[in-house]
Amino acid sequence: MTDLDRPILETRSLAKRFSIGTRFSAEGRRTVHAVDNVSLTVRRGETVGLVGESGCGKSTLARCLVRLYDITDGKLLFEGNDITSKSLSELRPLRRRLQMVFQDPSASLNPRRRVGDLVAEPLRIHGKLSSREITARVAKLFELVGLLPDHVMRYPHEFSGGQRQRVGIARAIALNPDLVVLDEPVSALDVSVQAQIVNLLADLQEKLKLTYIFIAHDLSVVRQVSTRIAVMYLGSIVEEGPAEEVFATPAHPYSQALISAVPVVETTPTGARKRIILTGDVPSPLKPPSGCRFHPRCPIAVDRCRSERPELKEHRPGRKVACHFPTLT
Amino acid sequence: MILSVRDLKVSFRTHDGPVRAIDGVSFDLEESEILGVVGESGSGKTVSLLAVMGLITDPNATIEGSIRYKGRELVGLSRRELRRLRGNEIAMIFQDPMTALTPVYTIGWQIAEQIRAHRGVSKAKAMARVEQLLAEVNFPNPHEAMSRYPHQLSGGMRQRAVIAMALSCDPALLVADEPTTALDVTVQAGILDLVRKLRAKHKSAVVFITHDMGVVSELADRVMVMYAGRVVERGTRTELFSDPRHPYTRALLGSIPPLTGQKPRRLPAIPGSPPSLLRLPQGCAFGPRCPVRYEPCETGKPGLGSDAHAAACFRVAQA
Ligand SMILES: Nc1ncnc2c1ncn2[C@@H]1O[C@H](COP(=O)(O)OP(=O)(O)O)[C@@H](O)[C@H]1O
Ligand SMILES: Nc1ncnc2c1ncn2[C@@H]1O[C@H](COP(=O)(O)OP(=O)(O)O)[C@@H](O)[C@H]1O
Ligand code: SF4
Ligand code: SF4
Ligand SMILES: [Mg+2]
Ligand SMILES: [Mg+2]
Repeated sequence: MTDLDRPILETRSLAKRFSIGTRFSAEGRRTVHAVDNVSLTVRRGETVGLVGESGCGKSTLARCLVRLYDITDGKLLFEGNDITSKSLSELRPLRRRLQMVFQDPSASLNPRRRVGDLVAEPLRIHGKLSSREITARVAKLFELVGLLPDHVMRYPHEFSGGQRQRVGIARAIALNPDLVVLDEPVSALDVSVQAQIVNLLADLQEKLKLTYIFIAHDLSVVRQVSTRIAVMYLGSIVEEGPAEEVFATPAHPYSQALISAVPVVETTPTGARKRIILTGDVPSPLKPPSGCRFHPRCPIAVDRCRSERPELKEHRPGRKVACHFPTLT
Repeated sequence: MILSVRDLKVSFRTHDGPVRAIDGVSFDLEESEILGVVGESGSGKTVSLLAVMGLITDPNATIEGSIRYKGRELVGLSRRELRRLRGNEIAMIFQDPMTALTPVYTIGWQIAEQIRAHRGVSKAKAMARVEQLLAEVNFPNPHEAMSRYPHQLSGGMRQRAVIAMALSCDPALLVADEPTTALDVTVQAGILDLVRKLRAKHKSAVVFITHDMGVVSELADRVMVMYAGRVVERGTRTELFSDPRHPYTRALLGSIPPLTGQKPRRLPAIPGSPPSLLRLPQGCAFGPRCPVRYEPCETGKPGLGSDAHAAACFRVAQA
């Protein structure tokens, strides 16, 4: 196995559960199964797109991957090293290499600080550079993310949403990370600005040899940026494969429904697209359904699905599906 | 003709000076027609619709122009007259379903009250109708849903309840302001289906506001594209999507990543961001971002003209 093929990040049966309520509340203490049995391998230089309806556990998984959350069960490996239960101080040298970008850049940007300062902050905390070096590095970062040199003196509110997201990205790449987890980075932006940020992310990936984990609810944006897709449902991955393949020929009934529901611009509507409308909502992760978790909404569910949970099986290299009756072409 | 809006202008007095949020919007809407209004945030979609509904309460607002509903001029009507008209014939759905719901009453009670207010039927009759309506908007268990409070429902189910409420008065006009923006695509697909059903069954005219070109292309009969408070292009759905004319419409359509087929290596992006109304450029508002601007665009404001398929652009007018 060459270094390039070695997974940068790997999860093995990873689970994250939250306890809510107390034993004094009406329903007592209860457990939210937010992420359940996720085994995912991320290779250097690729972009893994996570999709699924809201509440499917994408953000929770993302936060587990950069250890912003403690992991309840299973393992998390970074470059082959088990970092599942490393303490904060043990993690410090790794922090630099694992970064995260959030949906709302304003929430993570202190409004009273100049954006130049905000981008310099991670460099200062890291403490390896002189102040002159920091200034030079900030200038370089501004150039990389497409901000003008004199923008360093501005405050976040003087910026448009797209520019603020550029600042958020500059902060995330300041310390030369290897892996960046992007949780809905373009969802709050105007449609006309999204493409700029998508392009910027692609450029940075190429220049800085970054690996991405990318979450967005806009499926066409995810397809555009991702090399691989993992479809999540109720905390678990139900399908995984090369982005274009999964979108063209989804094998899991949930992926099929999800992709068919995306409204697309058709210059001449042909009516050729068949839409699968799912009934009901995603069930509560407080009490996930028996058997296949998708069975209450699955249009082709049979008795077996209600009792036997399908495993995520690799049907051909790189193509995994968790369904007793996958549509494989 | 259900609705006919002419040269609608809305301005606000603000600390930073006057802001013209809507600058001369005109459109017509026929019975059982769906008009899609598409534009980015701040382009004036909500303000124009609120103005049409007489729902702008800001004392700093000035509204000019003409708004005729079934031939009757609405500009100048009293709040009370407007409210009566709205309640009976015009239904509204907003992005946040809680705008139309009260947290303290059950869904069933709220819809029943609305029916009773408009129809004066008995409570039992109203309740029976509510169950029918909830079934119509695909509640899996309508009877049980009636006794639920809004917070016990998901966002999608709440929005369905609001649509059931809208259906209850058999509206001649439904105004929907980004009703699916906060919802998952799977849930959105169901809601769009309901809107189509409403049009087919009740012959309601619909104004549907969204920022999603895909939604417009699937739902609307006619489309109006807005930018910085003006309509920059209008036409039938087919005209707009098979022959987009305004540089903004073209650029916006071009920047949407495809869901099938070859992925472009880079997306054709529009530079810059939508302008602030306080600092609108001289001339064409899209000018600073327009790939084909030329001298006339620097000073003049391009008009839309009177064609059915029209674009407010000097280049298009010249071609
Ligand atoms: N801190 C938390 N405490 C309790 N439940 C949580 C917490 N964070 C997320 N959840 C629950 O976990 C599930 C997955 O949430 P999330 O990861 O945010 O999904 P997504 O990002 O796919 O929308 C949801 O049911 C959510 O309500
Ligand atoms: N009460 C108000 N006072 C001042 N400006 C306003 C007010 N309401 C809306 N605006 C401005 O009008 C413009 C159009 O807003 P809006 O119709 O909400 O846009 P959209 O619905 O297309 O996102 C925005 O620039 C907004 O800031
Ligand atoms: S296992 Fe059964 S219920 Fe689950 S997705 Fe496959 S067919 Fe549907
Ligand atoms: S009027 Fe000029 S600047 Fe405006 S859209 Fe047309 S070509 Fe571009
Ligand atoms: Mg999330
Ligand atoms: Mg709006």
